[in-house]
Amino acid sequence: MTGEPRGGRIVVVGASLAGLRAAEALRAKGFAGELTIVGDEPRPPYDRPPLSKQVLLGRVRAQDVGLPRRRAVAARWRLGVSATGLDPSVKRVLLADGDRLRYDRLLIATGTRARPWPHPEQAALDGVLTLRTVDDAGRLADRLDAGPRRVLVIGAGFTGSEIASACRERGLDVTVVERGPAPLVGALGGKLGALAADAQRAHGVDLRCGVTVSELRGTDGRLTGAELSDGGRIDADVAVVALGAVRNTEWLTGSGLAAGSRGVACDAGCRAFDMYGIVTDDVFVAGDVARFPHPLFEYQMLSLEHWGNAVAQAEVAAHNMVSAGPDRRPHLTVPAFWSSQFGLNIKSVGVPTFSDQVMIAQGSPQEGRLVAVYGYRGRVTAAVSVNRAKWLEHYRHLIESGAPFPPGPGAADGPPAPVPVPSDVPDPAALSHGPTVALTGHLPDRRLAVVHRGGPADQHSHDQEQP
Amino acid sequence: MQIIVDLNRCQAYAQCVFLAPEVFELHGEEALMYLSAVPPEQQEHVRRAVAACPVQAILPGELASIDDR
Repeated sequence: MTGEPRGGRIVVVGASLAGLRAAEALRAKGFAGELTIVGDEPRPPYDRPPLSKQVLLGRVRAQDVGLPRRRAVAARWRLGVSATGLDPSVKRVLLADGDRLRYDRLLIATGTRARPWPHPEQAALDGVLTLRTVDDAGRLADRLDAGPRRVLVIGAGFTGSEIASACRERGLDVTVVERGPAPLVGALGGKLGALAADAQRAHGVDLRCGVTVSELRGTDGRLTGAELSDGGRIDADVAVVALGAVRNTEWLTGSGLAAGSRGVACDAGCRAFDMYGIVTDDVFVAGDVARFPHPLFEYQMLSLEHWGNAVAQAEVAAHNMVSAGPDRRPHLTVPAFWSSQFGLNIKSVGVPTFSDQVMIAQGSPQEGRLVAVYGYRGRVTAAVSVNRAKWLEHYRHLIESGAPFPPGPGAADGPPAPVPVPSDVPDPAALSHGPTVALTGHLPDRRLAVVHRGGPADQHSHDQEQP
Repeated sequence: MQIIVDLNRCQAYAQCVFLAPEVFELHGEEALMYLSAVPPEQQEHVRRAVAACPVQAILPGELASIDDR
């Protein structure tokens, strides 16, 4: 780190939850220098979880989900303009409007965006939507208000399932098409996926699993329906593409950072790696776009699309940005997330996809309340509660302490002899569209060749800017 | 006043639902829904809910805006 850790210029790229919380933490920790926050949406930071729940149910207007700030951040906000490039050798961020922002330290918190429907002309049909931003949520809520004859939801991850739940609660007919064997399989495995499938069908969702949408059809530019891979047809005037998220890393192409479709790799202290795996001193990463090693999960690189991870990782990144080496902290938070759908409150701690077995430790699917505990090679690695949130703290402790799996009896309402069964987690090499945790330690995106300084000129190489 | 509830922390004790039912509501057995933008006449109720939450999951503040220098 150069200069005074509590002075100088810090640029935060990404004006969502992680960016805001990092900015607040920087000021809270005494950063007195110049702070600039760049965001590609023309609005201050807001909260996303209500967009697929309260907003779609019509309880909250899309524009009312702003985030409370905990303290003044005294930042220069550059909203409505995206970052288009980074040159770490001269410490500059390039913006779409041509501006260049100089920094001493940089935080990358650019998050993810909705994965679009792959066929642009079909995606452009009126009635084909995605759900990621406030504007998306406002548009979808308006469509649901208008009373469509049928809503087609493509993909049954958490977002798709929550959209389907809101539609059913409004009394709308909804078809969900999921390529996997059940909803939520990518995130929770097959055992709880089967429970999710039952819940959807019990609430009147026309759920089609093991099927994909092969074409979205339209007349006069308006969506009329879809063709399915099994030969089926759906008539629908609204289709929501819920095929997961794409990490916003394209702007880092050529920057020399270890950035790709799985995120920006960093160490446990949120410091970005360059393309050779060398840690940087002045570039930090936090939130959905980060990819970091977690000791509880055998130092696998994890990418987490979790609200709680954005908060916790942003605070660690901010702390480390203004702290000298020995005072820096690792980001070791146990991953956790929640979803509510079809009357069920689903909460998770740990990494359910990091498992080979699962067992129902408390409750049962029949009761509609349970805790499923996941294990990997004899250790507890995750727990998922359905309408049983109070127990998760107990399991979080088991995960943190590397307790043996299956865990010993500890609950009054456990089944007589809980039996571990295979967790049926999909192979991470073939990532499904909907995991909220991606194990990214396998399969490098590409092999890198070492470029020696003084080699062939490359407009992005560091060689150009040597003093 | 703007609020956010850390739903990782929330364990559905529902103290907020008793104290500020216009703002907080249980959806099903234990899924909490709430209004992020608290209407002025509800702010005192919400302050009580913030204090009463056993896991301190309700985070109040002013709306984050771009002119908070």
